[in-house]
Amino acid sequence: MSTGFLTPIDAFTVIDLIFMSMLVVVGIAIVRLKDLFAVVMLSGVYSLVSAAWFVSLDAVDVAFTEAAVGAGISTVLMLGAMLLTARQAAPSKPARHWVALIVVCATGAALLYATVDMPSFGDPLSAPNAYIGLEYLKRTGAETGVPNVVSAVLASYRGYDTFGETTVILTAGLGVILILGLGGPAIKRKKPAAKTKAAKADQSKILGAHHVVLRVVSKMMIPVIIIYGAYVQFHGDFGPGGGFQAGLIIASAIILYALIYGIDAAKEAVPPSLVRLGAALGVLIYGGVGVINLLLGGNFLEYNILNPTHPAHGQELGIMFVEIGVLVTVASVMLIIFYGFTSRQPDIKDKDW
Amino acid sequence: MSALIASDILSLLPAWVLMHAAALLVVTPLLSGPIALILSRGRLAWVWALGISAITFALSLVLYAQVLEHGSIMYVFGNWAPPVGITYNIDALNVLVLLIVAGMGLLSLINGLPSVMQEIEPKDQAPFFAAYMLCLAGLMGVAITGDAFNVFVFLEISSISTYILVAMGASKDRRALTSSFNYLILGTIGATFFVIGLGLVYMATGTLNMADITVQLRENGDSRVIRAAFAFIVIGLGLKTAMFPLHTWLPGAYSYSPTMVGTFLASTATKVAFYAMVRFIFGVFSTGEPFDGALLELVLAPMAVAAMIICSVQALYQMDLRKLLAYSSVAQLGYMLLGLSMGTAAGLSAGLLHMFNHALMKGALFMGLGIFGLCYGVRRVPDLAGLGKTMPVTAAAFTVSGLSLIGMPLTAGFVSKYYLIIAALERGWWWAVAAILASSVLAIFYVWKMVEMMYLRETPRAKSRAKKAHPKAPLLALIPLLILAMANVWFFFDASLPKGLTDAAAAALLGGGAS
Repeated sequence: MSTGFLTPIDAFTVIDLIFMSMLVVVGIAIVRLKDLFAVVMLSGVYSLVSAAWFVSLDAVDVAFTEAAVGAGISTVLMLGAMLLTARQAAPSKPARHWVALIVVCATGAALLYATVDMPSFGDPLSAPNAYIGLEYLKRTGAETGVPNVVSAVLASYRGYDTFGETTVILTAGLGVILILGLGGPAIKRKKPAAKTKAAKADQSKILGAHHVVLRVVSKMMIPVIIIYGAYVQFHGDFGPGGGFQAGLIIASAIILYALIYGIDAAKEAVPPSLVRLGAALGVLIYGGVGVINLLLGGNFLEYNILNPTHPAHGQELGIMFVEIGVLVTVASVMLIIFYGFTSRQPDIKDKDW
Repeated sequence: MSALIASDILSLLPAWVLMHAAALLVVTPLLSGPIALILSRGRLAWVWALGISAITFALSLVLYAQVLEHGSIMYVFGNWAPPVGITYNIDALNVLVLLIVAGMGLLSLINGLPSVMQEIEPKDQAPFFAAYMLCLAGLMGVAITGDAFNVFVFLEISSISTYILVAMGASKDRRALTSSFNYLILGTIGATFFVIGLGLVYMATGTLNMADITVQLRENGDSRVIRAAFAFIVIGLGLKTAMFPLHTWLPGAYSYSPTMVGTFLASTATKVAFYAMVRFIFGVFSTGEPFDGALLELVLAPMAVAAMIICSVQALYQMDLRKLLAYSSVAQLGYMLLGLSMGTAAGLSAGLLHMFNHALMKGALFMGLGIFGLCYGVRRVPDLAGLGKTMPVTAAAFTVSGLSLIGMPLTAGFVSKYYLIIAALERGWWWAVAAILASSVLAIFYVWKMVEMMYLRETPRAKSRAKKAHPKAPLLALIPLLILAMANVWFFFDASLPKGLTDAAAAALLGGGAS
């Protein structure tokens, strides 16, 4: 099975090893650091390194998602959460949790025990590569007309799982609505602003108030980010991307706006009630496609039925609509989480940056 | 319901419903969740949830009738034939769990309206019911699917919504938040172990369809990857089932959650996880030796007995009523695991029967406590004093269910314990019989503690004129309790419905007919 040390090590193996050692180093640093700001930044770095590693492993879709989730949105959300708490982790007493140590060692030992019989990396004859994985590669083109096999598996062959995952995201948003709340609609700003002292004090709370460069650059960037999100959304059939990543990108554009211009400005543009509706709507769009399939006489999520003469066109149509459902729910829930965190504190203060 | 009546009922329904009943059963509540969120009015959301739960229960009955007629049925999502696509495979075992979840989901919802109106802030009521519907859909999705990864997805839906629902008890008792967090951490570890196990299974077999995994395992034989996968899956599901040393999340989650949530979880959540464990141990990994013998006898059986004894003792010392019932639940899960660990069709059938009966009795007991709490703010054992006189109907129903928990004759609890003892004797496990009896004696003590308080203690004067929102037990809350209490008696005299299903399930999983 394993050709081990006899074969010459190729460049990709070296790159993989470098990435893996970086992950270990960053992981240890995260555990040891007490400064929460540094921890948040390092976990972003951890995700970015993982994403790079996934690219080297040829898993570009996973890499894209990891970069968008781990390095992008979750860093922002953790920063938002951090503002509600102290900058430093509370010093914990050195305690010896022997049971925990034993459990962790046993888990690690079980995984090591399993490695002996694992197929070697990239083995074309291994079960995942030879069996259904190969089947997907063979069939996707003819059956769905979608060049990106990952999108076809995600949205059609295993579309029901993705429907469930979209619902998981909605459930997370529901949890934030119930436990943290959304903080109500935007507080309307008076028109003749910056005249009275109160209005000035109010303005100074907003990060972008006296950072002209930030304001101008972000104003230029936000439309570009949103267009890029749309590109990722609709190009998902051909390359890496899809509703999940696009939803994250569009949400981060709005979060950027909130960071620069203040949460109230963002809430005026995208009100919390709309976001709440969107989270529900996305799942309903996804499930609605399935229900339409049912009503047309097919099985749930049988997109073929959408175009009886050209089943593959039906597939494309179905995949497009369910991806829109994913986009709407993901973008809305990210904003729900952001609004949930920020509504607990007036605004992000300038000195915190 | 015999097969003949079943086919009569089926012939009355439109063919479309029959064809898609399996998908509709999960998709209907799943889509009703977001709609409940949009409704944003508490009572309206409740009415909506009630209608959907009724449809869901009706659909589970349709599936029951279909399984009676055809043996097992399959639904193929997207019309992608397995193993390429995702399928639902429904046999007697699935139907048993689906009936429990859908039935208890409906009854807890009816019973829960007055307590939700009291405990949950008006603006949170609609999202609360949305989370409830998602939880219901998630649990049923786990119980119905024939795809291993699909189990994980729906386990996540049900788990995340459960953490939320538990946390909503915070307006009543702030400890709900820490309980929910504790449950979230342990539940997530459980889910992670489960998904690591699935990853290893996929690595070794290249498929996620449960039936196909079994076929591939038979062909490819044993490997270290599979053994590790099995260990991860059993431990992950063990955490979700609250298997004895992994049960620490359960008492807090059950006792600080809102009343309706406690009722629903106590009668469904661990049952579904237990079902998944049965499915994976005897269904997916049914390739024989390396998995069955040693694990069952040396690991699960001792854990089961420890749960039965230790947690019954813990229940005995609890003064908080819901904690008492929660510890009792862990002990009762021990009975089910004991049945499973026997590894025989008779044992498994008895364990599953106890699962069904336990849903009836714990559901009723939690409902009873909910009504006491609604009317008199009862939380601790001494608060029960004199309730036998002031609330005779509720107290009587509560007592009947308590007797069922002990396993007294004339109640359903007796039937499953009887079969469990028979199965243990067949297996030659005398120590298991002793454990069942010892644990039942402990149950007599902790149930008696409550019954004595209700009937033999005087009502404290302050309580007789307590000013509460509900001077009398609300009818809406009382009816489901009475239905369950009567079911606890009914299934003593005629246990053919659950027994038929559990026997068929055990026979299908372990081969050979169960007596």
